Amino acid sequence: MYFDSVHALLTMDGHGVYVWSAYLVTITVIATTLLVPRYRRKRLLQRLTAEFKRTKGVHGANTREQN
Amino acid sequence: MSAPGIWQFCSRLLRRQLLLAVRRPIDIANPLLFFAMVVALFPLGLGPEPEKLAGFAPGVLWITALLSHLLTSDSVFRSDFDDGSLEQLLLAPQPLYLSALAYIGAHWLTTGLLLAVVSPLFALMLNLPVAALGVLVASLLLGTAVLSLLGAIGAALTVGLKRGGMLISLLILPLYMPVLIFGSAAVQAAVSGNPTGPYLAILGALLCLAIALAPLAAAAGLRISIDA
Amino acid sequence: MWSFFHKFGSPPWLYALSGVILRWLLPVTLLALLVGMVWGLLFTSPDFRQGNSYRIIYIHVPAAVVAMAGYYLMALAGAINLIWRMKMADVAMKAAAPVGAAFTFIALFTGAVWGKPTWGTWWVWDARITSMLILFFLYLGVLALYEAFENKEAAGKACAVLSLVGMVNIPIIYKSVDWWYSLHQSASIKFTGDSTIDSSMLYPLLLMIASFYALFTCCLLLNMRTELLQRESRTQWVRRLVSAAGNN
Repeated sequence: MYFDSVHALLTMDGHGVYVWSAYLVTITVIATTLLVPRYRRKRLLQRLTAEFKRTKGVHGANTREQN
Repeated sequence: MSAPGIWQFCSRLLRRQLLLAVRRPIDIANPLLFFAMVVALFPLGLGPEPEKLAGFAPGVLWITALLSHLLTSDSVFRSDFDDGSLEQLLLAPQPLYLSALAYIGAHWLTTGLLLAVVSPLFALMLNLPVAALGVLVASLLLGTAVLSLLGAIGAALTVGLKRGGMLISLLILPLYMPVLIFGSAAVQAAVSGNPTGPYLAILGALLCLAIALAPLAAAAGLRISIDA
Repeated sequence: MWSFFHKFGSPPWLYALSGVILRWLLPVTLLALLVGMVWGLLFTSPDFRQGNSYRIIYIHVPAAVVAMAGYYLMALAGAINLIWRMKMADVAMKAAAPVGAAFTFIALFTGAVWGKPTWGTWWVWDARITSMLILFFLYLGVLALYEAFENKEAAGKACAVLSLVGMVNIPIIYKSVDWWYSLHQSASIKFTGDSTIDSSMLYPLLLMIASFYALFTCCLLLNMRTELLQRESRTQWVRRLVSAAGNN
């Protein structure tokens, strides 16, 4: 481990602000890019479940095996 | 009556586009007036000192020519799309590549060529050294041809959209950038007395590449826009 | 062999396959990212000239590499859709665009932040950052063009043409910006000062580049799954999937 203390790790001889802001922004963007599609998929599945429950009686109507 | 040959068709198309353009002289004058007024903006914004203006002149002239070109690029196919004649063109047996090239050629003859010819006047207003004027005209002749070709790609892709507007600028400005880099570098080299041949050669190479590939992309774009 | 390739055209197969891949790829990627970042931040010694700020290299370079590669992937997927009308390639292209744009943004931000302690300014118009900026504009153009079309099939084809044009232009843009920068370079600012990179710095960098590629793949597959469900929401296989999920 290069740094002697947590304080040294955070300040990095004055460069800490830059390094940490870069890393934090990167992690935020990565997390967003990973989580947004999962969230959208969940919402879509919820919406489709509700829709299919509503049209449950209409068996076989407007569905096909594959596009 | 047999169908016209390919070259005959395209030269007729070219002549038709030129005639249409000439019938609306204000459309030809617009980009030139824009060029003039934007060139006048720079001394107003930067101050009238001759040395400073001369320093910026190559870049300013090139950027202004590029922006004037950007404004007219949308109109290459639009009027013919609106009245349906473009759809007829797609059905014609002649290759769409050459027809697109005819449209682009007409566009360049009524914008880029005129810009290049008129530019020495404004270059003198910005205090560009006289020795650089020839290179300015040459670089603009080559460069605006490339800009017309690239602009047609954006025009073809957006011609069917209702609110194309700024979108075409967003699409083609990144493509314009290398042309700007080498065009203004050529004029800069002429100002500082360096050889300008290499820059003009690169512009020529870009032109060859654009003539070969841009009409293909434009033709593809036209098919997609019309089928949409 | 061709039947294997044909399976890629089947949405339910692709959906199932991507699920299986993600189940192990996602944890491995996150682990690799964590190891790489910790290694770079804590266990390498600082650069003798740039000090500790050079640690940004462990995210800037991987992001830039993947941003460029992502554009090529997007263009290639679009081309496959144009030539062979393979809808799944269109799905891949649409999924790749926002992910690539996000990575380009990371590259730009980290590049700018790196510039401040190194040269004292928040933005430096050097060759690499300028090329990244233009790449960002190219991505934004593709995203904007897709949104502008109402007919999504035409949108996919138009974006394919645009990204192919961009793909041809990227080497030209890169070379011309590179040359432009060398022309105007006054001081002895050499951004590519990492001419000889020490092996202790190289390994974490390679790990980060590999994990960024894996990360791109994960994001791409996640986006593709959502897009597949969206497009195929009227089909039987999605209905079965939803009812199975609903019963759990």
